[in-house]
Amino acid sequence: MKQRSTFVLSGLMTLLAIVFSAPASLAQQPIKVGIVTLLSGPAAGPFGVPARNAAELTAEMLNAGTVPAPYTQKGFGGTPIELVVIDEAGGPQKQVAEFRNLVPRVDIVIGYISSGDCLAIAPVAEELKKLTVLFDCGTPRIFEDASYKYVFRTGPTGTMDNVSVALYLLERNPNVKSFAGINQNYAWGQDSWADFENAMKTLKPGIEVKTSQMPKLFAGQFGAEITALLGSGADVVHSSMWGGDLEGLVLQGAPRGLFEKHKVILSAGEPAINRLGTRIPDGTILGARGPFGPFAPDTELSKWLKSGYQDRYQVPPNYASFKMAQAILGVKAAYEKAKGAGNDAPDQEKIIAALENLTFEGPGGTVKMALGKGHQAIMDNAVGTTKSEGGQLRMVDIVRYPADRVNPPEGMKSEAWIKSGLKK
Amino acid sequence: MNALLPIAFDGVAYASWLFLVSAGLTLIYGVMRILNVAHGSLYALGAYAACSLAGAWLANQLPAAGSFAMLLLASVLVGCIAGTLLERGLLQWMYGRDEVVLVLITYAVFLIMEDVIKVIWGVDSLLLPEPYALPGSFSLGGLPYPVYNLLLIGLALVTGLALAWVLNRTRQGKMLLAVIHDREMSMAVGINVSRVYLATFVVGATLAALGGAFTAPTVAVTPGIGVEVIVLAFAVVVIGGLGSLGGAALGALLVGLVRSATVHYWPEAELFSIYAVMAIVLIARPKGLFAAQEARKI
Amino acid sequence: MKLALASVVSLAALIGVSLFAPQWIVFMVMLVLAKGVVVLGLLVLMRTGLVSFGQGLYFGVGAYAAALLSHHWHISDAGVMLIAGAAAAAVVAALLGVLLAGYREIFFAMLSLAFSMILYGLLVKSAALGSTDGFNLHARTFFGIAIAPGYERRVFLAAGAVCAIVAALLTHRLISGYWGQLATAVRDNELRVSYLGASPYRVVYINYLIAGTLAGLGGALAALAVGHVDPETAYWTTSGEFVFIAILGGTQSVAAPFFAAAIFEVLRTLGNQYAPNVWQLSLGLGMLAIIMFLPGGLWTIARKRRRSA
Repeated sequence: MKQRSTFVLSGLMTLLAIVFSAPASLAQQPIKVGIVTLLSGPAAGPFGVPARNAAELTAEMLNAGTVPAPYTQKGFGGTPIELVVIDEAGGPQKQVAEFRNLVPRVDIVIGYISSGDCLAIAPVAEELKKLTVLFDCGTPRIFEDASYKYVFRTGPTGTMDNVSVALYLLERNPNVKSFAGINQNYAWGQDSWADFENAMKTLKPGIEVKTSQMPKLFAGQFGAEITALLGSGADVVHSSMWGGDLEGLVLQGAPRGLFEKHKVILSAGEPAINRLGTRIPDGTILGARGPFGPFAPDTELSKWLKSGYQDRYQVPPNYASFKMAQAILGVKAAYEKAKGAGNDAPDQEKIIAALENLTFEGPGGTVKMALGKGHQAIMDNAVGTTKSEGGQLRMVDIVRYPADRVNPPEGMKSEAWIKSGLKK
Repeated sequence: MNALLPIAFDGVAYASWLFLVSAGLTLIYGVMRILNVAHGSLYALGAYAACSLAGAWLANQLPAAGSFAMLLLASVLVGCIAGTLLERGLLQWMYGRDEVVLVLITYAVFLIMEDVIKVIWGVDSLLLPEPYALPGSFSLGGLPYPVYNLLLIGLALVTGLALAWVLNRTRQGKMLLAVIHDREMSMAVGINVSRVYLATFVVGATLAALGGAFTAPTVAVTPGIGVEVIVLAFAVVVIGGLGSLGGAALGALLVGLVRSATVHYWPEAELFSIYAVMAIVLIARPKGLFAAQEARKI
Repeated sequence: MKLALASVVSLAALIGVSLFAPQWIVFMVMLVLAKGVVVLGLLVLMRTGLVSFGQGLYFGVGAYAAALLSHHWHISDAGVMLIAGAAAAAVVAALLGVLLAGYREIFFAMLSLAFSMILYGLLVKSAALGSTDGFNLHARTFFGIAIAPGYERRVFLAAGAVCAIVAALLTHRLISGYWGQLATAVRDNELRVSYLGASPYRVVYINYLIAGTLAGLGGALAALAVGHVDPETAYWTTSGEFVFIAILGGTQSVAAPFFAAAIFEVLRTLGNQYAPNVWQLSLGLGMLAIIMFLPGGLWTIARKRRRSA
């Protein structure tokens, strides 16, 4: 009986080998780009699907050659690109397995929203020597805790989100005496709160923390937490919430006067603009994790993305869409720089060399691969305040912060940089 | 004193929600001995159906108060349709099996329904804030509270009392209690256990959908909304004693109050509060608070 | 004799895979072995009539023990990590088992779930351990022998294969003898067992200890394979996955958990690759099909064939 099981097992393995074999080759055929993003679960709506949509739109338009300068060449350097999309759901252990399955099938991997997945994938990408571009995850730990050759991140880290809103708040409300927070109880929420708290304490020593609410991720209902905030007497309430949790917070908090009694900061609130619109009360400070969405500069590229996306998907692109488009365009820029004027397709080493320390234009503006030994992007940031005008939610009072004001210098860890007083 | 009143109210409001969500589960387990993991999906279905029905009602400029009736209608529809489909279409062929196998079947159903919901309603969140804002707010302990919370508390009370009345005073209810107590004996006495199972499952499903439908106006309805509910409902049901409605009510109240106090005094421990309560109750009373006395079979 | 032959053949096959198969197969087989070892422990518990919905606790303890050695104490020896994982889990199981061995049925399941969720909460709260992001681990030597870079996972697979086969053999010996009979007796009628002079509490305690240790070993193996640990390992959905694989395989043979884990991984990977937008649906349908048509678990395929032969 045991022999039978062994034979069946080996037979199954052979079958698997046949099914999964055949890696892609680079020349002549389209360039295969793996796209990994959250297609199921609560993060699919606000981030994963907008990112996938942006990827499909960008790929199609690139292949047709209808993207504005400097990306007018079709595909990557004339070769069309083909996307292989997989779901990022299931947690890091599962994603490492999926990544290993994906690598033989594609030439480049672009993806990953969840910081946990990014942290787990980076060493595997290094091991398998596959160029992997992280496009969204926020933790600065990737390039602060380790160095990679094959891994890049074309989006800025989460540090600048909370430093920027702290600067913005104190510029406008220098007499703030206390603050509180409500953040989701997982790494993103904890890190965002820690960054904001440290930034506030550095910029205004002596400021008081009234309460830090940490509801479970996806709790959705915040009755008791809102009561605690209302009773705390804080001047400011900070939240890095996103998705259904953020919408729940606004829907439950606004009628109870949360936004009237306190100045509310939503450091990653931009996707909620399209979902909640004028339900977000006026005077809320809002960030978009970079110069995206309503903060995007008025360039050809940003107009292209906004109109193309809106036409196709009937909603405006949010920051996840911007960051995905930016990642693909960044890879294209590196590919074409590596290819130069020749006819040969550049190999992975040349593309990596080109992408290091590259400066390129995205729909949100200029992207500089300036940290992490040329592997981590920095961008300017923008923060604004909400105001309803004519039935639409607009961002007013927009302030832009140059990249080096809100990002740590090369070689310095974000946490230490914030505590040192944001030294340049 | 000023702080205790809001804490108590928050606790009771949360407890009402928990009770609505767990009542159906404890009923189904008590009668059919099925730990229905798909309970979370029925909750989600109720929430999504409520958004669609009430949303359509409001979009047609019909009187806003009617949206509450739509919430009720949504739960009843989901309970009857989904409940009947699940019970008659799948579960009735599996009753002889081991309890654990039944749990796994309901887990498979849960997975399937998650994607079915995604296919029908998409991945974007659905919003239905009108019924929540409509009744306005009132003041308690100096802080504003939505009247909707009072509505939820009222709904939980009415549901609990109605269930208790039906179970204890009507003939059908007593038949249900008999089946909970001893299935074989009930069959021997002539009770149509199969029909009792169907009725129980439909009622349980309706209760789950009711929880979801009345939660929908307070939150953004997203995919995965059912996942967290499953563990919470299980915990409350186990704390209260399986199959005991009174136990579920008391368990919900305990969990709600402890959680509310934790949020106010020790926010980081909020994640543990429900599991700590469950562990403590099970250590003190190994079969839950109101476990039914079972005769030992030698 | 058949048993010895089967284990030698399996070991040879697995070593062959570790030497010659492409990287992604090595990785997948290692995950299958890790999960199979955890489910082996569940098998022992299920024979005693108990289902634990909290094996994620030990899986997580084993994984984090192995990872902490690398991260905090800079020990990067895979062999030490495996032992540490199993030992740490054994210690926790020895402590918690004192309480849990008194519970049965759904209460045992829910209490074990409660403890695993408490660990989850602790891990999420701990910023030092990276909260939900977790952290990476690196292993460069195996019992003192340095591993050539690039070959780590092959070595881990070989080590994992040996661990799995040894664990399976030991478990087989345990449950096919007196102890196994005692366990099923406790499952069938505890009261009679105690009247006959044996202690059901002791039986459950020891089986729980075995299950916990095996889960810790599996956790360390999985951590080595993936190179990363995070609190998800202690979440109830992970425990639920183990229970599913256990039911899938059935409790008749110690090879069943591994076979079932392989099928589960294949189903999930295929679902994710060919239906990325509805993989949950396909997995659920697959599970239903297997439950409905193979009530004794996958093992009944093998048994049916044997009878007709």
